[in-house]
Amino acid sequence: MAAIRFSDVVKRYGSGAAANQVIHGVNAEIGDGEFVVIVGPSGCGKSTLLRMVAGLEAISGGQIEIGGRVVNDIDPSERDIAMVFQNYALYPHFDVFGNMAYGLRIRKIPEAEVRARVEKAAATLQLTALLDRKPRQLSGGQRQRVAMGRAIVRQPQVFLFDEPLSNLDAKLRAQTRLEIQKLHGELGVTSLFVTHDQVEAMTLAQRMIVMNAGRIEQIGTPEEVYLRPQTTFVAGFIGSPPMNLLEGRADGSRFTIGGTTLPLPASAPRAGALVLGTRPEHLEVDAAGTWSMTIEMQEMLGAERLLHGHVGEASCTVRVPGTLAVARNGDTLRLRAAPEHLHWFDPASGKRVG
Amino acid sequence: MSSIAKDIVAPVVAGRGAAGPDGRRLAWFPHLVLWIGIAVTAFPLYIAFVASTLTAPDVAQAPMPVLPGGHGIDNYRKILLQGMQGTYLSPPVWQMMWNSLVMALVITAGKIVVSILSAYAIVFFSFPGRMLAFWLIFLTLMLPVEVRIMPTYEVVSDLGLINTMTGLTLPLIASATGTLLFRQFFLTIPDELVEAARIDGAGPMRFFKDVVLPLSATNIAALSVILFIYGWNQYLWPLLITTDNRLDTIVVGITKMIGTGDATTDWPQVMGTTLLAVVPPALVVVLMRRWFVKGLVDSEK
Amino acid sequence: MQRRVIFSQKGLPYLLIAPQLVVTLVFFFWPGAQAVYMSLLQQDAFGASVQFVGLANFEYVFADEGYVDAFRRTLGFALAVTVLAMVPALWLAVMADRVLKGSTFYTTAMLVPYAIAPAVAGVLWLFMFNPSIGVLAWWLKALGVDWNPVLDGTDAMVLVVLASAWKQVAYNFLFFLAGLQAIPKSLLEAAAIDGARPLRRFWTIVFPLLSPTTFFLLVVGLVYAFFDTFGVISAVTQGGPATATETLVYKVYKDGVHNLDLGSSAAQSVVLMVIVVALTMVQFRFVERRVHYG
Repeated sequence: MAAIRFSDVVKRYGSGAAANQVIHGVNAEIGDGEFVVIVGPSGCGKSTLLRMVAGLEAISGGQIEIGGRVVNDIDPSERDIAMVFQNYALYPHFDVFGNMAYGLRIRKIPEAEVRARVEKAAATLQLTALLDRKPRQLSGGQRQRVAMGRAIVRQPQVFLFDEPLSNLDAKLRAQTRLEIQKLHGELGVTSLFVTHDQVEAMTLAQRMIVMNAGRIEQIGTPEEVYLRPQTTFVAGFIGSPPMNLLEGRADGSRFTIGGTTLPLPASAPRAGALVLGTRPEHLEVDAAGTWSMTIEMQEMLGAERLLHGHVGEASCTVRVPGTLAVARNGDTLRLRAAPEHLHWFDPASGKRVG
Repeated sequence: MSSIAKDIVAPVVAGRGAAGPDGRRLAWFPHLVLWIGIAVTAFPLYIAFVASTLTAPDVAQAPMPVLPGGHGIDNYRKILLQGMQGTYLSPPVWQMMWNSLVMALVITAGKIVVSILSAYAIVFFSFPGRMLAFWLIFLTLMLPVEVRIMPTYEVVSDLGLINTMTGLTLPLIASATGTLLFRQFFLTIPDELVEAARIDGAGPMRFFKDVVLPLSATNIAALSVILFIYGWNQYLWPLLITTDNRLDTIVVGITKMIGTGDATTDWPQVMGTTLLAVVPPALVVVLMRRWFVKGLVDSEK
Repeated sequence: MQRRVIFSQKGLPYLLIAPQLVVTLVFFFWPGAQAVYMSLLQQDAFGASVQFVGLANFEYVFADEGYVDAFRRTLGFALAVTVLAMVPALWLAVMADRVLKGSTFYTTAMLVPYAIAPAVAGVLWLFMFNPSIGVLAWWLKALGVDWNPVLDGTDAMVLVVLASAWKQVAYNFLFFLAGLQAIPKSLLEAAAIDGARPLRRFWTIVFPLLSPTTFFLLVVGLVYAFFDTFGVISAVTQGGPATATETLVYKVYKDGVHNLDLGSSAAQSVVLMVIVVALTMVQFRFVERRVHYG
C-alpha cells in the first residue's frame, strides 16, 4: 500500500509547435489506502492520467510518485501496480487460473505460492468453480471478476481501475460496485478508479477528483463536492438532475435574470454579473415564493417528479414528491429557494464566489 | 420464357432465402448441377485411375476401357519401388515423393517462421526503416518466380546451391503472403491485452511466445495448408535447379516421364505416378478443409 | 498503419525482420534488378562479350512478329481461360449456396483441383485427349471431329485452355461461394417483399454485391493465366505445335533456357514484370476498397 502524489503533471502529444497538450499541470495527493475516483466527461484526460500512473503513457512534465518513489522512468511491471481494464484484457487462451497466475509466474514466484494466492483470490471473488474455464465461456460479470482477481493476486501497492464497469449492464454494474466497495474494505489497498459516471463516483469514492479538459476542477469527498461545488462545471456535472445555474446580474436589491427579476438573496457576495446555483431538490413549491417558473415538461419518476421549465431566460428544474397534486404543463409555479442552499459563481471563471 | 424453363432458371437465380414458391420447386436441380460439376472435376482423375490399373498394351489400344483393370497393385508397386525406366531414368517414385515432401515441408516451415517474425516486428515495434522494410516485403507479392527465373538461377548457381535441397527451397521462401496475413491478424490483437501483459511483466519475446503464438494457431494452420500445396506443386523452379535425377520432385518427374508423348510411354505407370502426385495435397485439402478455406480467403483479402 | 501500443526495444525488431529481408534481398530484389540490367545488355551465348545496348532489346522484342503474336496469343488465351473458369464456377457456387444438405461434400469435392499442380493437370488432360490413345480423343473421332493437338495449333490451344480452366474453377468456386454467403439473407427477403422476382433479384442484388469478388477473381485469373499456366504448357505442348501455344511466359523460358538469348529473355521478363505489377496494383487499389458489404 502506498500514497500517490501528482506534482505539476503535464501530458503532451507531439512536440514543438504542433504539440497537443491534454493535461495541464495536475497536482493531487492520494493517501495510503484511500479509494479515490477520478471522474469527468469523455476526453477530459482521466484515463490518460491513470495510464500515466500505470506507466502505459509517458509523462511529459512534472512527476508522479508512488510510495514516495518517483516512477516517471520506471517500467510498468516494476511499479508494483495492478490494473483492471475496461475490456477486461483477459488472455483468451489461458483458463481463469492461468490468467490470474501469469503475472506471478513471470516473476518466478514459487508455484505453491502462486496456487495459494490464486485460490484465495478466487474464493474472495467466488470464482473457485470457474478456475478451469476459458474467458469465452464466462459472462461479462465473471470476466470482470477474473480481471480483478488477476490484480488482487499481485498484492500490489496500488490498484488502478480504468472504467471497469462500463461494459456491464445496469444491474451487474450496481452489484459489482458493491463488490468493489467490499473488497476495498477487506484489502484496504490504495485505489485509483476512473469513470465518467458520476453515480459510480459518488457511491464508491472516499474522495473524488473531478476533471475537465485536462484540469482538476475539484478534489474532495462526495459530500464536499456535492454540497459545496467549487466551479460551475462541478456543480453541473455532479448530481442528477444537475444543479440549476441561473446567469444574471445583481445590483441593489435585485437579481436580474433575462426576462425577470428576483429579490436579491442575502448571501449574494457582491454586485455585478453572477451565476446563481441551486439544486432541484432545494426548490420548494410555495405560493409565497419569490421565484416564478412556467412548467414546460414533466418527468414522473415514481417516488419523485421532475418539473422542467424556465425562470426568465434560464432553464430550471424542480424536484417535487411524486404524490404532489399534479400540475399541468403551462401552469406557472411559485417557488422558494432555500437560502442556505444557494451557490454563487463568477460567470467568467466559473469559480465559486459565495 | 416457358414455364418449364422458368422452373429450371428460378432456383438458380433465387439464391438463398428466396421467398415465395419459386424457390421451393425443383429442389433437386441444384444437386443435379453440382453432381455434373463434380463429375467434370473428377473425370480426368478417374480416367487416370483406370489407366493406372491396366497394362500398357491395354491403354495403347484405343479406346481404353473405362472400368478399372486388375493390374493396379503391380503397377503401383513397380513405380514406387523402381521408377520408370525408359528414355528418362527415373528414381523410384517413393523417392520422388520424398523429395516433394521434404521440399513442401521446408518451404512451409520456412515461410511461416520467417514471415511471422517479420510481421511481429513490423506491427509491434517502431523503428527507422519500418515502412521501407514493409514495402520491400510487400513488393515480393507482385513478382512470381516465372518472371525472374534466369537471374535467380544465376544467383543460386553463384552461391553453389544448384542440385541442393537448400537451392530448391530457399528462393521460394522469399515471398510475402504469410507476412501480410500475420500482420493483418496482429493488428486485431486488443491493445489492452498487450498492456495487461506489460503490467504483468512480459517482455516482447515472452509476449510473443506466451500470447501471440497461441492466438495465431488457426492462422498458422490455415497458412500451412496453402503453403504445403504451393511447395508440393512447384514445377518451374525444381525443373531448372536440379540436373541430378535423384532430386526430382514427383511433379517434375511426371513431366519428364511423358517424354515426347509417344507410344513408347508406359502410360499406366505415368498415370499411377500422377495419382500419387495428387493424393497428398488432395488429402491435405480434404482433411484440413476449414483451415484451407480460411487460409485462401484471408491471404487474398 | 500501426498499433497504438508497441514495444520500445530498438534492436530486437531488426533481428526479427532480418531473415525475411535477407532472403528477399538475395533471391528477389537482386535477381529482379539483374533482370532489368540484363535486359539492357546484349550477350552472346557464352557470356564472352557483353555490350550495353540500352533499350535495343526492347525495341527488338516489340518489333519481333513472333513476340507480338505471342502477346496477342497470350491475351486470347488468358481471356478464354478466365471466362471459362469463372462462368461455371459462379453457376456451381450459386447451386452450392442453395443446398443445405451435403454442401460440405460438394465444396470439398469441387476444391480438389486446387491441390493439383498445373503441370499435372496438363498431363491428365493430355492423356485424355492424346490423339492416339486418349479416351476423349477417341470419342471425338467417333463423332467425326478431326482432332489432333500434336499437329493442329487450334486443337492444341483448346487443350491447354481446357486443362488450365478446369483447374482454376475450384479457386473461383471457393471465392464465389464465400461471396454469396456473405450476402445477408435479409437483403434478398427485403427485395422479395418489395416485389422483385427471382431473376431480378439475382441481377439487381446478388450480382452487384458479388462484383468486388468477380473483379478480384478476374484479376487473379489473368495473373494465373499469364504465369501459373506455364506448367500446363510445358507439360502438354511445349509451346507447340510450332508456336501455337507459346504464351509469353513460356517464350521467356524458351528464349532464356533453350535459345540462350539472354538479353531478349530478360527484356521479355521485364515486360511481364510490368504487366503483373500493373495487374496487382489494380487489384489492390480497386478491389480492396470495395470489398465491404453494407
